[in-house]
Amino acid sequence: MRNLKLIILREYLARVRNKTFVIMTFLSPIIMVCMIVLVAYLSNLNSDDSKIIAIHDENNTFYKEFPSTDNITYLDYSSLPIEVALDSIEKKDYYGLLFFPKSEDNQYLSNHVEFFANKAPGISFISDIEGKISTVLTNKELQQRGVDVNEINNSKTNVNLQIENFSGEETSKLSNYVKMFFGGAAGYLLMMFIIIYGNMVMRSVIEEKTNRIIEVIISSVKPMQLMIGKILGTSFAGITQFAIWIFFGGILLFTVTTVFGIDLQASAPVSPTQMDAGSQEEIQKIILDILNLPLAKLIFCFLIYFIGGYFLYSSVYAAIGAAVDNETDTQQFMFPIIVPLMLGIYVGFFSVISDPHGVVSTVFSYIPLTSPVVMLMRIPFGVAWWEILLSMAILVLSIFVLVWVAAKIYRVGILMYGKKPTYKELYRWMKY
Amino acid sequence: MNNLLVAENVSKKYGDFTALNQLSIEVPKQSIFGILGPNGAGKTTFIRIINQITMPDTGKVWLDNEPLQAHHIQYIGYLPEERGLYKSMKVGEQVLYLAQLKGLSKAEAKKRLKFWFERLEIGDWWNKKIQELSKGMAQKIQFIVTVLHRPKLLIFDEPFSGFDPVNANLIRDEILKLRDEGATILFSTHRMESVEELCDYMALIHKSNKLLDGKVSTIKKQFKSNTYEVGIEVGEAAVFKNLLQEKFQFEETFFHSIHHDLQLNIKIKEAHTQNDLLQFLMAHGRINHFKEVIPSVSDIFIKTITSHA
Repeated sequence: MRNLKLIILREYLARVRNKTFVIMTFLSPIIMVCMIVLVAYLSNLNSDDSKIIAIHDENNTFYKEFPSTDNITYLDYSSLPIEVALDSIEKKDYYGLLFFPKSEDNQYLSNHVEFFANKAPGISFISDIEGKISTVLTNKELQQRGVDVNEINNSKTNVNLQIENFSGEETSKLSNYVKMFFGGAAGYLLMMFIIIYGNMVMRSVIEEKTNRIIEVIISSVKPMQLMIGKILGTSFAGITQFAIWIFFGGILLFTVTTVFGIDLQASAPVSPTQMDAGSQEEIQKIILDILNLPLAKLIFCFLIYFIGGYFLYSSVYAAIGAAVDNETDTQQFMFPIIVPLMLGIYVGFFSVISDPHGVVSTVFSYIPLTSPVVMLMRIPFGVAWWEILLSMAILVLSIFVLVWVAAKIYRVGILMYGKKPTYKELYRWMKY
Repeated sequence: MNNLLVAENVSKKYGDFTALNQLSIEVPKQSIFGILGPNGAGKTTFIRIINQITMPDTGKVWLDNEPLQAHHIQYIGYLPEERGLYKSMKVGEQVLYLAQLKGLSKAEAKKRLKFWFERLEIGDWWNKKIQELSKGMAQKIQFIVTVLHRPKLLIFDEPFSGFDPVNANLIRDEILKLRDEGATILFSTHRMESVEELCDYMALIHKSNKLLDGKVSTIKKQFKSNTYEVGIEVGEAAVFKNLLQEKFQFEETFFHSIHHDLQLNIKIKEAHTQNDLLQFLMAHGRINHFKEVIPSVSDIFIKTITSHA
């Protein structure tokens, strides 16, 4: 026990005193804050950008259907010949020209309206324009068939489905996105932590091998102790780093936003035009949704899966570090780590979001290598305790098995020099 | 029992490969014991078993009359063949860490470290990193790490490989001093000169089997062939040789001499003693050189291994 404490302390100090670690710890929050500020600034800039579009209409009927807005100004170029019009907008550096060919047939027009532009327009702009043209053509068609457009508009009803859960609490339709966000963030954070700190464990094992100190140490302590001490010490360093990030990132973000007065709301995905009377209510519902999430459950499970997942993977990382002589040789063994992690994330972002309690999501939330990520993503959608406990039990059990297997490989591997082992050899080592 | 370390029928296999086969060894207290063998003979495997790095498949090991246990680690100091230190850790911190892993308290380790740093005149290295030190300097630190916890049993695996001659001498002297202070030393090497120089006892391992062991002087007696190296000045060499042939076996040899003499290796047959040979020689010429040919460890090593091949 005393030795384990010594090892953990040494590993912790070795990580924390490392120059790269120190630089990354203090630089990352600054970079993150700079990026957020930059994004906020740029999206502010973008919304100021207004476009000028010329309309050349050979029927002379459509121009009045395109009223100018804050962002887009429409100009009537129908009187000019098309070549002159194109020439002119190119010179004046307008955004583009919308061309309606001469035709009375709305069906024909629907396929033959053209847009000329120097730069390829964005997808959102195209669908915007297409929507407008479609409305205009539909209305015109309706008029031609003698239907009263006003009647139709008046008879339209706006449905806003009110979603409530069984206990009677109202939730917003955005609720699923909130759940997705929290689950996704937790799963993604877990994956990043495993990759970053698992790699640190691996490098530290390789370092002991290349420094040839390993045999001196394991003549004093059991290899298993050394491996576990390494994993724990590194995880404490990771927690320290996270704590510093959250602390400094918070302070920096607060200072920067107050000093520069940048409105972070502007970069939020809800654009101001959608902020009608009902939006205030909607925001309140979102906040309520967040509070209604099983937060205590989520935090508790996050901690368990975080620790469990990290232990599971970092023991594999340690075994890989022991099996090779230098970092370049580790590539061939990265496969069994990266594949389940990526699988977890993909299953999380595709299956869980479309069907949180479907077969695929459920199965992957039990398989130990993917369960930390997938289950964390499922929990916000409401998972029964027995399911969670079963998945955790499987995870804990497999940690014991995998740590045992990894320790076997580790024990033999750290004393092997000079050859690149194959999977077959690793299997043989387990039996030594 | 006066043995510090006893191994009884120790065997170890790695898959189909036998690393050690029924090895039994007794290492007396306060002796220097050399384990000899070519590369791959099983020396390192045996040493790792004593250090409890690997477990034997069968057989038992006793340390100081107790079956080998986990806590025995603190009575053993081990300098492995593959050795090194944390490059980016400070000397003082590093040695303290390794000493504490061997069970010393921090205060005690510090006190002893001061003593060793003064003894080897390296006091000002405490705050240096290993990567700032020369190889020779790091070797001194490595040696201190091995002996700091005053182990009863010191194990050196190829101790002189990688050490420069000055350090090698220093280490050799320190090893002898430690022996005189009460430590028992186990050597593993394929360098015969160091065994010749230092060891009281030796064991020869070849292809996982022990071929011979015992006191070095006893083994040498077993291997001597009653041959004497002689330098003699005679009148007629041919006549003398004919006379000699009747009583003894001989062959010509060469050694450095300031005389113009006949240089021979003469083997005494069983009926005779060395005095008979001397009397014969005295009657026929002037003796400049007379010395028993004692087999070197290297000779014994090669002879034993080739006879088992």
